[in-house]
This record gives sequence, C-alpha cells and structure tokens, in this order.
Amino acid sequence: MNSQASAPLLEMRDITKAFSGVAALKNARLTIGRAEVHALIGQNGAGKSTLIKILTGAYKRDGGEIRFAGQAIDFSTPLQAQRGGISTIYQELNLIPLRSVAENIFLGREPRRLGLIDWPAMYRQAEALLAKLGIGADVRLPLHLCNTATQQMVAIARAVSQHAQLVIMDEPTSSLDEQEVETLFRVIRQLKADGVSVIFVSHRLDELYAVCDRVTVMRDGQTVAEKAMSDMDKLQLVTTMLGRELASTVARAASDSAAPETARQATLQLDHLKSGLRVNEASFAVHPGEIVGLAGLLGAGRTETARCVFGANKVDGGQMKLKGQSVSWQSPADAIAHGVAYLSEDRKIEGIIPEMSVAENLTLVLLPKLVKLGVVNRQAQQEIVQKFISRLQIKTSGPQQKIRELSGGNQQKVLLARWLCSKIDLLMLDEPTRGIDVGAKAEILNLIRELADDGLAVLMIASELEELTAYAQRVVVLRDGYSVRELQGGEISETNIMAAMANAGRATAEEGVQ
Amino acid sequence: MSESIPMNAGHLAQALAAPIARKRSRWHLLRTQGVLVALVLLIIFGATRYDNFLGAYNVLSLLRYNSMFGLIAVGMAFVIMTGGIDLSVGTTAALASVISALLSPRGVVLPLAAGVGAGALIGMINGLIITRLKILPFIVTLCTFLAAHGLALLFAGNQSVSVSWDSGFTEIGQGDFLGFPIPAWMGALAFIAGGLLLNFSAFGRTVLAIGGNEEAARLMGLPVDRVKFLTYLMSGALAGLAGVILASQFGAGQPNEGNGWELFAIAAVVVGGTRLTGGEGSIGSTLSGVLLLGLIFNILNFENGKGVISLSAYWQSVIRGVFLLIVVLLQARLAQKEHEAGG
Repeated sequence: MNSQASAPLLEMRDITKAFSGVAALKNARLTIGRAEVHALIGQNGAGKSTLIKILTGAYKRDGGEIRFAGQAIDFSTPLQAQRGGISTIYQELNLIPLRSVAENIFLGREPRRLGLIDWPAMYRQAEALLAKLGIGADVRLPLHLCNTATQQMVAIARAVSQHAQLVIMDEPTSSLDEQEVETLFRVIRQLKADGVSVIFVSHRLDELYAVCDRVTVMRDGQTVAEKAMSDMDKLQLVTTMLGRELASTVARAASDSAAPETARQATLQLDHLKSGLRVNEASFAVHPGEIVGLAGLLGAGRTETARCVFGANKVDGGQMKLKGQSVSWQSPADAIAHGVAYLSEDRKIEGIIPEMSVAENLTLVLLPKLVKLGVVNRQAQQEIVQKFISRLQIKTSGPQQKIRELSGGNQQKVLLARWLCSKIDLLMLDEPTRGIDVGAKAEILNLIRELADDGLAVLMIASELEELTAYAQRVVVLRDGYSVRELQGGEISETNIMAAMANAGRATAEEGVQ
Repeated sequence: MSESIPMNAGHLAQALAAPIARKRSRWHLLRTQGVLVALVLLIIFGATRYDNFLGAYNVLSLLRYNSMFGLIAVGMAFVIMTGGIDLSVGTTAALASVISALLSPRGVVLPLAAGVGAGALIGMINGLIITRLKILPFIVTLCTFLAAHGLALLFAGNQSVSVSWDSGFTEIGQGDFLGFPIPAWMGALAFIAGGLLLNFSAFGRTVLAIGGNEEAARLMGLPVDRVKFLTYLMSGALAGLAGVILASQFGAGQPNEGNGWELFAIAAVVVGGTRLTGGEGSIGSTLSGVLLLGLIFNILNFENGKGVISLSAYWQSVIRGVFLLIVVLLQARLAQKEHEAGG
C-alpha cells in the first residue's frame, strides 16, 4: 500500500505450502529491508528452500502474500522473478562450464550490433562488471578453467548485470576457501553499498556474523525468529534452529577422547609421501581406535593425500605402510581388498547412485561377496541392510526406498554403512558433514567416534575446525602438500590449527618439522 | 550495459577470433583444428599421387555430391551441440526425394518447397515430442527414422520414382550458377549461415548453453525448449533439402537411399571436434569433417582407377570406418592431453 523507500524491500507473510497433503510451510514469514544482508537459517527440511522457491516462482504457494518493492507479486517462473529483480545463485552453481566467463554473464542478453552478437563489447562489459566486483579474470576463458570462487563471482556479476534488487545466495561458501570467502564477503558488502539486498543461506554460523545484518530462523516450516544478528549469539541461534539444547553433545565428545595408542602398530603410516603437484611430503600415522584429523586450506593436499592412500591417485615417492607392511596400490580395488575405505567429499558425484535403492547402495562394495554363481544372495543382502539401518539409525521408509529421496545426513549414513559392512581397518572421511544439517552432523560425528572406539582407525578431513577440535585425538595440518604440524591432546585448538594452516609466525618457528 | 562501440576495421577480425578462448593449450588448438590439418594433408597426398585430382571436374563433382551430406551435417551439428541426436535425417531425405520426384513435373518451386516442407514437418514432430513429452532424442528420432522410411516406400510404391526432365527440376541438383554447382552453393550458404548463427546469435549461444548444462540454461531463463525444437526443425528441413537435391541430381526419388546418412553426418560432426555430449562445437570444423569423409571415398576411387589395387565398395566402407576410428582415437587422445595440460 505504501511504496516509499522506508518500506521493506520484501515482505512474505503467512506463506503456506503443502506437498501431497504434507505441510512444508505453515505461516512462514520473511521480511527483508533495503540494502540489507539477511541470513536465512534452519535445519534441512525446515522450509528454507521451499520458501525461496516460492519467492522465485519455482513453486506455487497455497496461501499467503508476497510484496516486493512495494507491489504484490506472484512470479510463476524463475525467469519472471529474474526480470522482476530477484536473482538466485544456486548451491550447485548453475552456469555453463564449457562457455566463456563473458557468455555466462550475458547469455540471453548478449550485446548486439547489427543484429549480431558484438563480442568485443560483450568482453569489455564483462571485464568492467567483474572489475567493479574487484575480480580480475580472463573473460574469454571457458568457465570450467576458472576456480570456484571466480565462478561464483561470475554468477553474481550475472545477477548484478540484470539489475537485481535482491540476490539470493544458497550456501555460497560451501566450496570456497577462506580467502575466497573473504572475496565473496567483500562483494556482498559492495552489493549492499549499491543498495542491493542479499539473502544469505549458510550452515556456517561464523559467516553469518561476519556479513549479515539480520537473521530469520526457520523450523518445521515456520518462522521461529526474526532478529538483528547482534541480538542473537551463536548458542541462541543453534538452539532456536534446533528447538533443543544441542551444544551439550558436542562438548561431551571432546572430554572423553582417549589417549592415542601410539604403542600399538599404526594402521596407516605415511613417510614422505609424494604425489603430483598437490602432495609434496606428507608424513603421519593413524592408529587403531584413533580419529586423526587432517586439516589444511583448500588445495593443501588433504583430499589428494587420502586418494593416494585409497589408490585413486598415483604415488610418486615416499613410503606407505599398512599395518606395518609396505604397500603400493594399482587401483582402489587393491586398497579396498586390504581394508581401506574412503568416503569422498562429493556424495552426489562420487558416492551415491541416486536411482538405486538404499539396500543396493549400501551393499555395492560388498556385492562381490554376496554373489553366488552370479546370483545375488537376496536374503544375506536383506539381513545386512536391516542390521545397518537399525545400527546407524538410518531414517528411511524401507530398504527399497530410492537413496535420492533421503536427506543428506541419511545418505551419508548409507555410505558409511557401505564401507562398514565389509570389514575395514582404515576409514577415510572427506568432509563427512558437508551439506548436512546441524542435528545430523552431531549424529554422524558421534557415530564416527563410536566406530573408532570399536577399534577402527579413522582419518577425517574437515574444514570445520570445531569438528576437529571436538572429535580428533590428533590433528595433522597440511600446507601446500607438506605435513607441517601435528597437534595432540591439549594442543588441539582452533587457534593452533589455523596458525599452522596459515603459516603464522610462532607456530611455524616452534614446530621444527619441515 | 547497453553501451556500444563504434565499428572499426579490426572489429570483424577480432569478433571472428573472439569465440576461441585464449590461454588454452596447444592441445586444444590441435584438437579443434586437427581435422583441418588432416584435410590439407589428404589433399596434398591426392594432388601429388593422382593426375586430375585437383582438376575442375573432380573438385566440382566432389562438391556437388557431398553438399547433400554437408547440409545434413549442419543441421546435425546444431542438434548434437544441444546434447541431442537426430537419427531420422537419412530416411527423411529419402522421403523428401520421393515427394519432390513425384511433384517434379510441376516445376521447381513446388517440389522444392514440398521436399523441404516434409523434412521440416518431421523435424517439428521430433522437436515437439522431445521438448513437450520429454522423451529421449535417440528414441524419438529412431521412431521417425522408421516412419519416414515407411512413408517414402509407400509414396514411391516400393521403387524409385523418375523425375521429370522437362520442368527444370533437375537443375537443382545438376545445374551450375556462376560456374559452381547449385548444390554446392546451397551447402556453402548453409555453412556460412550456420557459422554466423552459432557464433553471432543468441540462438547459437543458447544451443551451446543447453548442451553444456541444460538445467542451468533453464534457470538462466533461456528459451530451452524453443531452441531445442528449432534445432530439430532445422535439421529436418535441411535433410529435406538434401533429399530434393538427391532426386534432382540422380533423376529419381529414391526411397531406399539415405540409410546411413545420419551416421555419415554424425561422423562428420564428431570428426570435426564437436563433443557428442554437446556444449562445444564448430560449424567450420564440421565442414572440414564432411570434406574429409568425402575425400577418402574420392581418393579410394582414384586408387582403384590406377589399377594397382581394386577395392570393392564394401572394402571402401571398411577402410572408411577404420580411418574414422583412427581420427576419433586421435581426438580422444588430444582431448586427454588437453585435460592433463589443464585446458
């Protein structure tokens, strides 16, 4: 009714939405001011995505009212929303990898001259746009040759060039390293200075405090809090989000970490391991019953080290011992045969087979052992599957449910079970909690702890430092492919890990390694 | 964002070079331009080994004949760049040849329009089913492949249909314009228009965007379905035109010709360095691919003519298949090198 500048940019009120009778949103609410960076948080299934999809026209709402820039709106496609000034930058970047940076910015709105695409103008405009965001990139380069952060900036530049008034960022930092995150924050502040509002969806709480003005918390399809960021501390945020006290579980886990069993033979022993450009000199050991955290910035060689141990990357030098025996793998099949398991960081690409059932996904590794005369022993399969569904408390309607219908946390549990059912000695986990909501995170991590307590050797790569400080008995820090620091017991703290990762003065002077 | 710059002399050259990214490894260049190198080598080989290889007669008949494949390959290139495939082009051409032959007594325009129209109609059916009913292009065009073949046999009464030699219809395939075969003109036009369309129109960029990541293209608000529909329409219409040329060039509508043309076109497109999964490709390299495949046949004919060895048509097919495999293998190797070199 009133459209003066003081009115909020976006007002979503009493939004309801049900999918085949099940309510996904019940009177959800979202209010975004002008030039405001707004955090939208909630567990998976809280209704964030549904709310955003209704806003951008991907879903149709059952009820409620949306006012944007002073007008009642009702977008029916994402394209309409884009034209109306709302751009979305999706979690899985939705750009065209094979096309150039400039094309990705201007696809569908290419500058023309005499009816033909004006390439020089397009390149100049793209360069100018990126320069404004403080990004120097070769706009002629195919996008897939750029790093993830640049790709994200390209998506943002695309939104900006469409004169977006509201930019929605869905977990934009999930694949960025710290420096890249800083760049993103700078760009977000730039957008804000230009009068653009941003909805920022993230599971990383620190980031919310770094960049957001206000926060909306959702739970079970409802808006449960709308506050200024400064009025809520982290604990309040988490408890509001979960509707229960969670902090206790994490804290307890830290206290009961047993002393490392250095006396026993190491399950894995790496000595000056070298592989390709990313792993230069990695030396550390993992013992039975121990969780060793592998820390480092993106590109420090964490994943590559794990892939070497798994036989997926070639070892160029150094020694790798498994239970005292020097080993070298031809392929992951060799590593698997010797009891080594690896859960990759990208579930969707390297882990699950979405169209197959929970049972099939769970027994993929075990399959050769379940086959008699070329026929799968269904009964043995069923027994194993049932055992792990109940042991890991996998929430599924049944073993035959397609795995893609499960939540991220439960998919991860199925993947864990996939390895656990085939008697392994060493479990390597690459970002096991990525894209999993806070509640399920603790559950997965506690499960990993139990497995270690049962005698499994665990190597865990994690970017969330609090996961390492809370769950690992030892933390090995990699920097540029060198294992530069090993922290034990009381030494394990976020500050020490970060200092080692960042090569900050004193930590390096003390370490005496490398 | 609507600023524009004055046109200058360097504009076009710069623009033509524009779609090729700089800072890519030599492997990329070799992969995309390799077919051109192979083509030049083959021409040099032929020119030094055989008399009259570069003579006007040989060159012009080569172009006259292969322009049919060229037309089909242009359409196929666009379809493949969206990540699709069109298996129906061969029998569509056969159907168009029969229809135009039947109508050939009525002059030039009507049979030409009818042939192209029939092809366009089949292309539209492909496009509609693929975009509206969301059925895989492979399946849809396999069905229309069978249907078009059936229709061609039906209209033709299961035999070739002689064309009228008085109406001027045969000029389409046999005539010259400015000393250059009319089919070759059509082919050349199709390649030039295709190149412009791909590199300088929103349509062309959308084609590549769809092939690169269809979901992303949709979310960017690009008209995905319309563009896909248009590529099949284009492919069908060009196949229709090729069919009209076929009837006109050989004096008969041929319901059983055209079988395997779709594979020839796919081969030409792929040999030209276009990714079979879509998202990347070039019209110029497709032309090189068509000429390369055509030249191999031509050279085998010359080789037979020398009388040293005698190869039956069957052996020629085998040799062509092996050659194709070698080219594709080389390209796969180059793509791998390119990947290893980090693009």
